[in-house]
Amino acid sequence: MTGAALGVLAAGEWTDGRLYPGTGELLALGRSLDCGEVSVALLGDAPESVCREAVSLGADAVYTASHPLTGDGDADADVSAIAQICGQAKPRVLLFGKTAFGAEVGPRVAFRLGVGAAQDCVAVEAEDESGRVVVTRPVHGGNAMARLRFPDADPKVAIVRGKAYEPLAADGSRRGEIRRVELEPPVVRTRRVETVESRSAGVRLEDASVVVAGGRGLGGPSPFEQLEELAGLLGGAVGASRAVCDAGWLDHSYQIGLTGKTITPDLYITVGISGASQHMAGCSGARHTVAINKDADSNIFKAASFGAVGDWQDILPSFIETIRELVES
Amino acid sequence: MALNIVVCAKQVVDPETPVSAFRIDADARRVVPAPGVPPVVNGFDENAVEAALRIKDGTDAAIAVVSVGSGFAMDVMKKPLSMGADQLVLVDDEAVADLDAAATAYVLSRAIERLGGYDLVLCGRQASDWDNAQVPLGIAETLGLPCVTMAQKVEAHNGGLVVERVLDEGYQVVEADMPALVTVSNELGEPRYPSLRGIMAASRKSPTVWTASDLDLDPARLAPSLELVDLFIPVTDRQCEMVEGEDGQDTGRRLALRLREEKLI
Ligand SMILES: Cc1cc2nc3c(=O)[nH]c(=O)nc-3n(C[C@H](O)[C@H](O)[C@H](O)COP(=O)(O)OP(=O)(O)OC[C@H]3O[C@@H](n4cnc5c(N)ncnc54)[C@H](O)[C@@H]3O)c2cc1C
Repeated sequence: MTGAALGVLAAGEWTDGRLYPGTGELLALGRSLDCGEVSVALLGDAPESVCREAVSLGADAVYTASHPLTGDGDADADVSAIAQICGQAKPRVLLFGKTAFGAEVGPRVAFRLGVGAAQDCVAVEAEDESGRVVVTRPVHGGNAMARLRFPDADPKVAIVRGKAYEPLAADGSRRGEIRRVELEPPVVRTRRVETVESRSAGVRLEDASVVVAGGRGLGGPSPFEQLEELAGLLGGAVGASRAVCDAGWLDHSYQIGLTGKTITPDLYITVGISGASQHMAGCSGARHTVAINKDADSNIFKAASFGAVGDWQDILPSFIETIRELVES
Repeated sequence: MALNIVVCAKQVVDPETPVSAFRIDADARRVVPAPGVPPVVNGFDENAVEAALRIKDGTDAAIAVVSVGSGFAMDVMKKPLSMGADQLVLVDDEAVADLDAAATAYVLSRAIERLGGYDLVLCGRQASDWDNAQVPLGIAETLGLPCVTMAQKVEAHNGGLVVERVLDEGYQVVEADMPALVTVSNELGEPRYPSLRGIMAASRKSPTVWTASDLDLDPARLAPSLELVDLFIPVTDRQCEMVEGEDGQDTGRRLALRLREEKLI
């Protein structure tokens, strides 16, 4: 696929009758690339309301493909479906979100089409002079950033980190075409036997405007009760470093970082976290970081706006009590 | 019949290198390893070796570890052998030293094919240097294998594979027929420490070393599919205001009051 390709195709995701917020972000990014039609692929039996939501957020066209196997977490089916839609849409740029779906299906579609893919992009831009597509992505655990340029071959496949782009404001007056695609039945070679969800109650970590996180410095699982209390006072969510999850103090779904969740709260309070680059990779979008750590040289203070040096056992109780007084008065 | 397991493993710059010691050569667009910090086997690949060993603990299996690169530190790359793997294959050639994900997947696929029959290919979920998480997917596509990502548990018996894969919230149990490829995440648990006996046994084994020409590679497929135009260390110029009190209790109180002053709470 080279030459005449135009436009951007976003591999969208939806659930419970709504688009994923990340799909709106991809559509906004697609429009900013300014290289022709922006379309979105919605797998599974996407209802018209979801298609219209995508149009209101910037899609000029919606490709829907409803084979019973697609859009349901079977990567084999989704790879085949997106590759087929790509064959019809012939986009210059194919965008995925960095989700369980995008991180696997994106590169596999690229391999199948014989083109390169870039994972975990925080920026996707068209170069001024040439219009060639360049991405920026963290590498080496976030210690460095790389800029990579796609060759001419189309499509250029980019998997984009959540919250790297702001969705457009929904505009119900926008018009867009819905195109139903007939799929070759996919061959699915894996069989799902069971899915066990462990969704924690309360605010989702990824959506929370306040996150309180603890690290190995807390010494064990029980101090996290105090973090829960603090998060409760601030209407926030609790998170953790990988060290905490690896030790089994908390479930892996609490992990923040490169290989955990990406958070973008207004306020991020860390206790006993050293601020390793792989941790910071998941929270560099926090507006204000507050760190309590006994080591004044700890890397976490380089990212923090406010810090307190000392043992958390001495600092945290009065910190929580004062916050309680402030928010309850 | 013994189950043949191939584990792909990469030698990487130690990802626990302190941030302050992390250096790059911006002109050459390369990371400069910190002096005195030896390379390591990519952590997730050690998890994959551990997954293979757990299968071998319960059934008759042979484990071959394959790596592509050049300038291997032999004591580092022998670690999987000392953990209990049977064979180490190094594709050691300048021509395959700095490949991108697509090219690496191609070379590894050729090496796996050359090894002969295999039932299961295990890879780490991503490498901690370029954090690409693409090579295993490329191997699966190249070899036409079913692919299950993000395993926290891998069981293989009677030609069948049962994998528990980590989801954002929770996990999922997936089955597939073999041959298949599985990527392994750290949720699988700590890789075992090499025993003294394992270390002794590994010291007596020498790796099988192949060059690019042994694999009859198509040079066109070694070219990078994306061009690295810039590598830089991001600057964070946040100023941290340290809140100090008379003692810890006072510090905690002051910190809370300071956040209120800034309207952050
Ligand atoms: C490929 C890869 C991916 C990774 N992905 C992630 C990821 O997604 N998320 C993640 O978090 N990590 C990740 N890591 C791990 C990361 O490198 C660090 O090892 C980890 O973040 C450290 O966790 P920590 O800060 O809790 O522990 P440590 O680094 O051990 O820090 C503990 C901190 O607690 C402080 N402390 C100790 N006692 C006290 C006390 N009494 N009072 C106050 N402070 C105290 C210490 O000064 C220290 O700063 C990854 C690593 C690799 C190689």
